[in-house]
Amino acid sequence: MIESRIRVAHVGPLVSVQDAGRFGSMRFGVPASGPMDRLAHAAANVALGKPAEAPALEVSLGGLTLECVAGAVTLAVAGGGFAVDHEGRRKPSWSVFTLDSGQRMSVKAGEWGSWAYIAFSGNLHASRWLGSAATHSLSGLGGGLLTSGQELRVTEARRAPSLEGAVPVPELAAALQRARVVMGPQERHFEATAITALSTATYTLSAAYDRMGVRLDGESLPLRSALTIPSEPVVRGSIQVAGDGVPTVLLADHQTTGGYPKIATVISNDLDQFAQLRPGQNVGFEPITPREAVAHARARHEDVADYLETLPNARSTLTHRLRGENLISGVVSASDKSGDGSER
Amino acid sequence: MITPQFTAIADHALLIEFATEVSYGANQLVVALDRAISAESIPGVKEVVPGMVSLLVDFDPLRVDHERVEAAVRERLTEAEPQLDEGRVHTVHVCYDAAFGSDLSVVAELASLSEEAVIAAHLAGEYRVFMYGFAPGYAYLAGVPERIQVPRKAVPVRGVPAGSVIIAGPQCLVTTLEMPTGWSIIGRSPTRILLEDPVRPFRFDVGDRVRFERIDAAAFDRLVEVE
Repeated sequence: MIESRIRVAHVGPLVSVQDAGRFGSMRFGVPASGPMDRLAHAAANVALGKPAEAPALEVSLGGLTLECVAGAVTLAVAGGGFAVDHEGRRKPSWSVFTLDSGQRMSVKAGEWGSWAYIAFSGNLHASRWLGSAATHSLSGLGGGLLTSGQELRVTEARRAPSLEGAVPVPELAAALQRARVVMGPQERHFEATAITALSTATYTLSAAYDRMGVRLDGESLPLRSALTIPSEPVVRGSIQVAGDGVPTVLLADHQTTGGYPKIATVISNDLDQFAQLRPGQNVGFEPITPREAVAHARARHEDVADYLETLPNARSTLTHRLRGENLISGVVSASDKSGDGSER
Repeated sequence: MITPQFTAIADHALLIEFATEVSYGANQLVVALDRAISAESIPGVKEVVPGMVSLLVDFDPLRVDHERVEAAVRERLTEAEPQLDEGRVHTVHVCYDAAFGSDLSVVAELASLSEEAVIAAHLAGEYRVFMYGFAPGYAYLAGVPERIQVPRKAVPVRGVPAGSVIIAGPQCLVTTLEMPTGWSIIGRSPTRILLEDPVRPFRFDVGDRVRFERIDAAAFDRLVEVE
């Protein structure tokens, strides 16, 4: 069996292993985790002909430099507009290339985007928790956060020059101006001015941004009274507002319950692009009805399947399967845990 | 029977709220509905998450929508009859030694009781798992006796070790990770909530009952090894 060993030469904070996510354990306090940008994560895997939900590396703005210690491996990078370097040569930010023994590659903050993904042609070994290699960043459970000097193992590593080249960037990844939301469930606790502000004002992502969520700067969203509500379940995309009127959008590693009122929830369609915004960038919110939100989810599912089918190395069986299942909200992963990786 | 409020969340979930304030009765309705849905699953529903007085039903928008899920939940609602004494009973060991219960003296002072009386009150409580939240395996146990109910600290303390037994208001919790907390630390438990068992990875189900049993430091050390 050919094994590739890859040393983590340099790593920024919040660089982790992520598969599609750990579903079904929110009732025990465990969010799904998984990629901040689920489409880009799927694209990196599919560009290598792998299952969309396979474990891959998620790179933050802190960047990552890898050095191949032994055993060549072809890899795919996707997500945002990062600066990708291979042995001193600049690569497209979405591309497939081969890392030979002794070679280095790096992914660093580029023109746009907050998260990039590196998938390997082979099986990336990662510890699993509750059947998933997704990393819950707060606890480090799952595949784990990468540390400097760590060595990654890819078994059944393939050197596949035929796969090399640029990966098309989907239109679905275009910069997000306004995130669509469904109002509630506690909009009744807010002043009318707050409801108006949410749909008309422009908010700026603050530096308080990690895998759990991002705090927004902008017009205050005043509550009718400074209150907390009985702790209730929250979801990825919930916009919770603390007593100071400051909104926080919850993301992949969100707490599963919370006692702050939620003014609205970002629909799942817009969460990948939302997560690719950077601190300092602006975003607005556009209320839509729950029925519209469901229609958008169904349309996007088709768009995602169409895009993944255009990738040159997508296996036809794979995309047929994706058509029948909900990649984005994780039914693929929940029903099929056969993705690569290993139990520890 | 309380009529709950249904609210659509984004494209993929429904929130069912039984009350606007925490009460034992409302939590019982949450647990009953949770069990009714678990007994007769709803097509397209991916997971059900109990809160203090509300239940979240997360679904696949490719297969169903809010209206269909609401109709299916309403069918199960009529069958949901709370039964006060169901749920397993778990024993959780606690060592209250000063090395572990760093806030015991503060709680005693706030309650105008001796430390031994605080321990006795904590042991006398009848606890029920209202929900999990905050972090993996953080089970919120309701039932701290009124005489030792203390408010949260103004400033959370960092680096509180896993296994800490902490209280705030009517709630008690055994932590699973080293995390900051504003709750009062009254002891430490060797009883693990996160289990290595893939079939039952978490010790409690929502609705289960918990009783605490006092152990000394020697028993703590021994049980930590076993667990």
